[in-house]
Order: sequence, then C-alpha cells, then structure tokens
Amino acid sequence: MEALGYSAADFYYLLPELILTGGALLVLLVNIIVPRRGDLLFGISLGTLVVSGLVLASFAGVDTTVSRGLLAIDGFALFFKAIFLVSAALTLLMSAPYLRVEGVPAAEYYFLILCAALGMMFMASGVDLITLFIGLETMAIAFYVLAGYLKPSHKSNEAAVKYFLLGAFSLGILLYGMSLLYGVTGTTRLDGIAEALAGQDRSLLLAAALILLAAGMGFKIAAVPFHMWAPDVYEGAPTPVTAFLSVGSKAASFAMLLRIFVEGMGALTPDWQVIFAFLAVVTMTVGNIAAITQSNMKRMLAYSSIAHAGYILIGVVAATERGVVAALVYLWVYLFMQLGAFAVVTMLRRHDVVGDELKDMSGLFARAPAAAVAMLLFMLSLGGIPPTAGFMGKVWVFGAAIDQGFIWLAVVGVINSAISLYYYLRVVVFMFFKEEAAGSEIAMGPAMVTTLTVAVVGTILFGIYPQLLFEQAQAVAGSLGASVTSAALQ
Amino acid sequence: MEAFVFYLLATLILGLGIMVITARSAVHSVLFLVLNFLLVAILYVTLSAQFVAVIQVLVYAGGIVVLYLFVVMLVSLKKAPELRSDSRRVARTGLLLAGAVLAELIAIVWYTSANGSAPPAQAASDFPPRLAGDAMLNTERLGWVLYTEYLIPFEVASMLLLVAMIGAIVLAKKNL
Repeated sequence: MEALGYSAADFYYLLPELILTGGALLVLLVNIIVPRRGDLLFGISLGTLVVSGLVLASFAGVDTTVSRGLLAIDGFALFFKAIFLVSAALTLLMSAPYLRVEGVPAAEYYFLILCAALGMMFMASGVDLITLFIGLETMAIAFYVLAGYLKPSHKSNEAAVKYFLLGAFSLGILLYGMSLLYGVTGTTRLDGIAEALAGQDRSLLLAAALILLAAGMGFKIAAVPFHMWAPDVYEGAPTPVTAFLSVGSKAASFAMLLRIFVEGMGALTPDWQVIFAFLAVVTMTVGNIAAITQSNMKRMLAYSSIAHAGYILIGVVAATERGVVAALVYLWVYLFMQLGAFAVVTMLRRHDVVGDELKDMSGLFARAPAAAVAMLLFMLSLGGIPPTAGFMGKVWVFGAAIDQGFIWLAVVGVINSAISLYYYLRVVVFMFFKEEAAGSEIAMGPAMVTTLTVAVVGTILFGIYPQLLFEQAQAVAGSLGASVTSAALQ
Repeated sequence: MEAFVFYLLATLILGLGIMVITARSAVHSVLFLVLNFLLVAILYVTLSAQFVAVIQVLVYAGGIVVLYLFVVMLVSLKKAPELRSDSRRVARTGLLLAGAVLAELIAIVWYTSANGSAPPAQAASDFPPRLAGDAMLNTERLGWVLYTEYLIPFEVASMLLLVAMIGAIVLAKKNL
C-alpha cells in the first residue's frame, strides 16, 4: 500500500467511518442469521455509533489530511462528525419504539440510518468536490428510501417520490456548478480551487458556478426558494427519520457549504455574501410566516426548520471566524431542541393515533407531564427565549452579523424570532390549556426517556453554560478560518 | 473545428433532450434518450475520454435504456401510439438515414486524408504520470487514478451502490 501513497495512518483516521460501515453490514448479516430480533439490531446499531464516537473522540486535536489529501481530519470535521453521531444515536433511540408501533422491519431501517450517517461523515471530512459529492449522494439515497419506509402510507410514498425527484434535480444543479468550478480552476481540490481563484478575475463562468453551487446547496439545507420539498417530505416521512433529516442532513449540508464556500471560494466572499444574505432573509421570513398557518406538527416543525436554516445562514454571511463559530454553535444547539421536539411528536404515535396534528398535543400536560414540560422547554428554545440554548445560539449569530456590519440582517432575524414565538407558544397553549385529546395512553419507554433527557440536558446546559460549546467551536472555526486568510493573502 | 464539433453536438444533445420530454409516446421518448446518450458518448470521444465514452454506450445506451424500454412496455400506458404506415414518411426517414450515413462516410474520408493516419492518443498532462507516462492508455490512466488517488471515494461509492440496492429492495418488496 505504501507504494500507492497510502499508509496505515490513512486508514487509522478513517476508523470511525470504517466502524460505521462494518456496523451497518453487521446489522444486515445478523438479521439474516437471527431474524426478527429488533432489539439485537438496535443494540448493534447503537453500539456501532458509540464505538465510532469513542474513536472519534480520541482524534481530538488532530489536524491532518488523509487519503492523498482528499479528506481532512481537522477540528471542523470532528465537530460535525460528533453532531452526526449524536443525532443518529438519538434518532435510533426514538426509532425503536416507533418501529414497533408501525410494524415495519427494523434491519434495513437501521442499516440506512447508519449509511446516511456514513455519507454525512464524508461530507464533513471531504476537501475535494468528488469526495463531497459521493458523501452527499450516499446520504441522500439513504434518506430517499427512509422517507418512503412506511410503505402502506400514501403520505410516506409521496414524501419519497418528491424527495427523490427534487433531490436528484438539485444534485444535478450542484454537479453542474461543481463541473463549471472545475472548468474554471482546473482542480477538484478545495485548496487548489482557493489558490486558483485568489489570483483570478471574476468571469461569467465563475458567476454561473457560484450561483449553481449556492442553489444546489440551498436545496439541501432547505433554504427558500429551494424549500418546496421540505414540508411534504417532513410530514410524510416516519417521524424519527424527519428528525434525523432536519438535524443531521441539515448539519451535513452546512458543513459541505462552509467547506466549499469559505474554504474553497474564500476569494469570492463578497460575491457569495450577497447571495446568502438574500437567501437568509427570505428563508427566515417565508419559513416563519408559513409556519404560522400549519395545523400539523411535522409541517410546522418543517417550516420552523426552514426558518432556522435562515438563522444559520446569517452566521455564514458574516463569513468571519466569529460567523462560522456562530453557525457551528447554532447547529449543536439546534440538534438538541429540534430532536427533542420530534421525539415528543414521535411519542404521540400510538396504535390508534397518528399523533402528528397540533390538536393531538391537547392536554399533554395532564397525560404526560414530563413530556409536556420537556416540549415547553424545546419550544421556548426554538423561539429563542433565555435561559435556553436557542437564545444563546441566536445571540451569537446576530452578534456576528452586527460585528460585520450586517445590522439590517440581525434586525430581520430578531423580528423573525418574535414572529416565530406565536406558533411555538401555540403548541404550549394546546399542551397546557386544552382538553385532553382522544386516544390510548402515552407510553414512555426507557429509550424515549433517554432521548428526552439528553435533549433537555443539552438545551439547558448550553443555555446557562454556553462557554463549553463556544470554546470548542472557536478552536474549530480557526482550522477552517486559517485556510481562508491564507487564500486571501495569496 | 473542435469548437464547431462541440457546439454541433451540444445543440443536438439539447434538442434531443427536449424531444425526450416532449415526445408523445413513451417509447419514442426512450429512443430519443438513446440517441441523446450516444451523442454524449461522442462528446466524450472529442474530449479524448474514450473509456468513458465506451462505458456511456454500454451502460447508459445499452443497459439502462433497455430497462427503461422494459418498464415502458410492462406498464400499461393509457393509449398505445398509433402505428402509421405513411409511405412518404418512411421515405423521408430513409432519406434522412441515408444522408446521415453519407455524411459519416464523407467525414471519415475527410478526416483520414487530412490527418494521414489515426490520431495519436492525446496525453492529458494533469494526470500523474506514475507508470509509463504518456504511453499509458486512457483506460489504464483512469484505472490508476481511480484506484490510487480516488481509492477512498471509490470505495464509498461502492457503499452508495449497496445503499441504493438495499433501498430498491426495501421499497419494491411486499414483505421483507
């Protein structure tokens, strides 16, 4: 292997990915050897994620590239990989009871979740357009299938078809942008692209590449006007899949977006700042206003997740180290509150109730007080009320924007947060002040308790002690920011 | 010359792409798609990516389109396209095909007389000349790049295909 330019280190630093691959294949194999053992498969999948996470944790502080410079093992990658593994683990935890209620096979479901996480890992590590694309495609295909996993449900089928068609279309646009960028710079490597762009005049071709890339990534993060697929897919997909889609997939796409634009196209920062500033404003506004009229929880959370993509985009627009830090912090914070909210919606799915309508939330406090209080916390955090983590995330994002002179952007963001409070608090009103909804008892198994506990602890901890997260993010953004300044200097 | 060929091919490819989505009959649509794929293959040849061109013909024009045709024939579409046996139409099509063959022959004669012999394999300078350098064939080069430089993405692509395969089974099979 040495002769081909690979050493043991290349594979050592890929261990988290290799473990995920192995675990995913093991799930399929075990399912054949001992069929219908959902609990065993669940254990293997969760164990895979935990082991992968432990190995990942041992890489803290590493800053190197492996696989002949195609994959970066730096703080930025590790930060995002931790997000993916945690969100995948929480998704698995809320999936186990959900799959039993729905009565769908577990093996392929766990396999696809692990493979989606695998794709995300490569999206965070990739510093080469081809590698990034392969990672994105792996994640996307797993999600297309997961969205349609509830085969008897028409909504689920619709979600899969819509997601597949629009996803394939958006990937085409993204690829077009990538190939034009390759045409302009002559390389697919981000450092090479940054170097080539630093001394280059802006050409029409480059503008086309920039716009196509922004549009392609816009689809993936569900930014307006590329958000059309999100509400339908979020509503139709199995609820835990929706949770993973809205957190994991979004974080992975933001990782890829930051890599491509900040690391690769740092020389064009003023150009893409304009694009993303526009996207951020319409994304926040349309997302929040559309969310007000929703009566379905999953649709409402879909629009809310669109709005949150807008807030995170503000951090990207700020484009400084502080802006990147803000985006990173926001993604972590968003993980806990969004997954927590979806966990509560997942819990409401019982044998006799679909449970994803707003009215199913009625009287939740009387039936499951702990879940209702947790949901209250998630709603406050999503709305950005102190002392929750969501507040700190927003403060940091808006602060970064003001820092860079984008005061109007911060103002729009604050107005939007105020609008969003209306629909978040409406959920609270339903939970605490309405008559109990019909349906059987709400069971809260140990898996669900764990999910909610983790989400609650995350939401509170990072709300009152945000330094924990900021310090990490700051160290990480430096590794991405370093290449930005070096590209700008050349 | 190169630019002319490119723009000609690009126009034809775009035109055929539009025909694919506007064709009334699904079978015609698929056939236009075959033509489209073949022209894209020619585009690859002009970029001296012969291997990709051959794969394009084998996999896309050959394999995938045959599958499409099967699906189109198995799925009962509302109304089968009417069979027209218009002799003038047939004659026109025949003329068109004959003209295409003639043009092809002329092109070959013109090209060989202009260049003397077959064009030498163009050396793409950006590939790392790891083995025999410029003498390496297109396929060999591609193999080297794929299995050395892009080894890891290549392996990830195999996982991607596995995911797609399992996914197709999950969605298509009634009871797992």
